[in-house]
Amino acid sequence: MSHFSIFALARNALSYHENWQKQWRSPAPKASYDAIIVGGGGHGLATAYYLAKEHGMRNIAVVERGWLGGGNTARNTTIVRSNYLWDDATHLYEKALQLWEGLSQELNYNTMFSQRGVMNVGHSLQDMRDIHRRVNANRLNGVDGVVLSPEEIKAMVPIMNTSSSLRYPVMGASFQPRAGVARHDAIAWGFARAADRLGVDIIQNCEVIGVQREGDQVVGIETTRGVIKSKKIGVVAAGHSTVIADMAGIRLPLESHPLQALVSEPMKPILHTVVMSNAIHAYASQSDKGDLVIGAGIDSYVGYGQRGSFPVIEHTLQAICELFPIFRRVRMNRQWGGIVDVAPDACPIISKTYIKGLYFNCGWGTGGFKATPGSGWVMAHTIAQDRPHALNAAFDLNRFTTGHLIDEHGAAGVAH
Amino acid sequence: MLQITCPWCGPRAESEFSCGGEAHIARPLDTDALSDEQWGDYLFMRKNPKGLHREQWLHAAGCRRWFNAERHTVSYAFTQFYKPGEAPQGNAGAGTAR
Repeated sequence: MSHFSIFALARNALSYHENWQKQWRSPAPKASYDAIIVGGGGHGLATAYYLAKEHGMRNIAVVERGWLGGGNTARNTTIVRSNYLWDDATHLYEKALQLWEGLSQELNYNTMFSQRGVMNVGHSLQDMRDIHRRVNANRLNGVDGVVLSPEEIKAMVPIMNTSSSLRYPVMGASFQPRAGVARHDAIAWGFARAADRLGVDIIQNCEVIGVQREGDQVVGIETTRGVIKSKKIGVVAAGHSTVIADMAGIRLPLESHPLQALVSEPMKPILHTVVMSNAIHAYASQSDKGDLVIGAGIDSYVGYGQRGSFPVIEHTLQAICELFPIFRRVRMNRQWGGIVDVAPDACPIISKTYIKGLYFNCGWGTGGFKATPGSGWVMAHTIAQDRPHALNAAFDLNRFTTGHLIDEHGAAGVAH
Repeated sequence: MLQITCPWCGPRAESEFSCGGEAHIARPLDTDALSDEQWGDYLFMRKNPKGLHREQWLHAAGCRRWFNAERHTVSYAFTQFYKPGEAPQGNAGAGTAR
C-alpha cells in the first residue's frame, strides 16, 4: 500500500493518475475472527482501526450491509465541536476533538479538518444564561470557549441579522475556536485505508441476519455471505442498532428517526464559520466547494426511510432566511435524510451487555459525526479489555436502570 | 408530507398532527413492587421496529384528540387508524422479537 505524499502525487501525475492503487482490499470473509465489528461507517471503522493499532488485535473484520460510509457518515453536516455541558460528555467529545487535530497526519489521509470555529447563538435571556453557564463549565474542563456580544457576532459574521427587529433577536453567542468541520467521506475512507493496512478485513455488501449465542456467550453472526464466528462482536450500527439487538434478544432504549440536511448551489465564500441556533433551529456552514450545508431537525415519528418530511425543512429554512436575509434567493440543490438512533438522554451508549462478548456503540442520535475518532477509541478499549475506559464508563447501558442519565438533551442548549 | 386520517375529522395534512410515540405502553399498577429493571424498561425501552409500528397521534391543530395508528416505518404507509380504547386489527407489531 503506497504512502500518500506530494512525491506520490507527482509520480502519479506522470501516468495521468491512472495507476493509483486501490485504497483497501475486498477480501472474502474468513470462517472466524478474534473480533467482528458490525457496521462500516466512521464509528465502526474507527473502532477497527484503534483495535488494531492500540490493542494489537489484527485478526478482525468489519462487516457492512451496504458500502463504506454510505449511511450517516455520508449524511451529516460535518460539524466537529466539544462544548458540551456535563463533565462526562465534555471529556468524551474533547478526547474526540483532540484526536481530530492529529488525524490527517496519523491516517496519512487528508480529512480536511478545518478549525473555523462554531458559534451557538442565543435569542433570549434564558439562552444567554445557559450559554454563560456552558462556557464556564467548558473552561473549567479545559475546553476553549468565549461568550460573544451581538456587536462581536456582527463583526465576525456581517451577513447575520443582529437587529432588534428580528422576531427572536440575536442576544449573544458562545464561540468555540477549536471547533470546525471536516470532510465526511474522508473520515470513513481514511480509517478504512489505515485499518486495512493493519490487516483488518473490510467486508462490504454483507448484511447481518442473525446473532448466534451459546447461553450467555455470543459466538458468531449469520450474514448474507455465510456464518462468521467470533467471541467478540461490537455492534456499531447507528439507526439499525435495535434491529441487531432484536436478533440478540436485547432491549435498547432507542428510537430511530429520519434526520434531514440539505445543501445549496455553490457560491463564493461568504460564511467562514459554523453558525448554530438551537432556539430557532437553524445551523449552517459553507463547504470548501462553496455550498451552504444546512441541518434540519428530526421527524417526530419513528422511521427507517432515509427521507424526511417537508415541513421540517420548511421550518429550518424559515429560520435561516430570518437569520441570514442575504440567503433568501439562494437555491437549494439536494436534500436527504439519515436514520439516527436517539436515546432518551441524547447521549450515546458505549457498553457491554449482559451477553458476554456482545458490545454496543449506539445512541449517538443527531450528533455522532464529531465524535467519530473518540467513539472508536473508547469502543476499541471496551472490546479489547472487556471493560469500559474511564471516558465511557458513564455511558453504560445500565444507566437506564440506575437512573444516572446524562441529561445533555436540554442542558447543552444547542442543536447537535 | 404524510396524509393522516383522524378517526374524528378525516384525512388531514401531517403538519396538523404531533406524534406521541409507541402506543399501548401501560403504566404499571403495582409500582411499589417494581424492580429498577422493570421501571427502566417501562420508562425507556422501546420496540422501534423496522416494519409495522403502532403509535399514538394527537390532532394538535384540529380536534385536539388522541388516537392510535399503525404505520410501516420504512414505507410510512398507514395500515389502520383507531380510537383510544378500541382494539387494533390483526397482530402486526407484535411480530417483532420484543
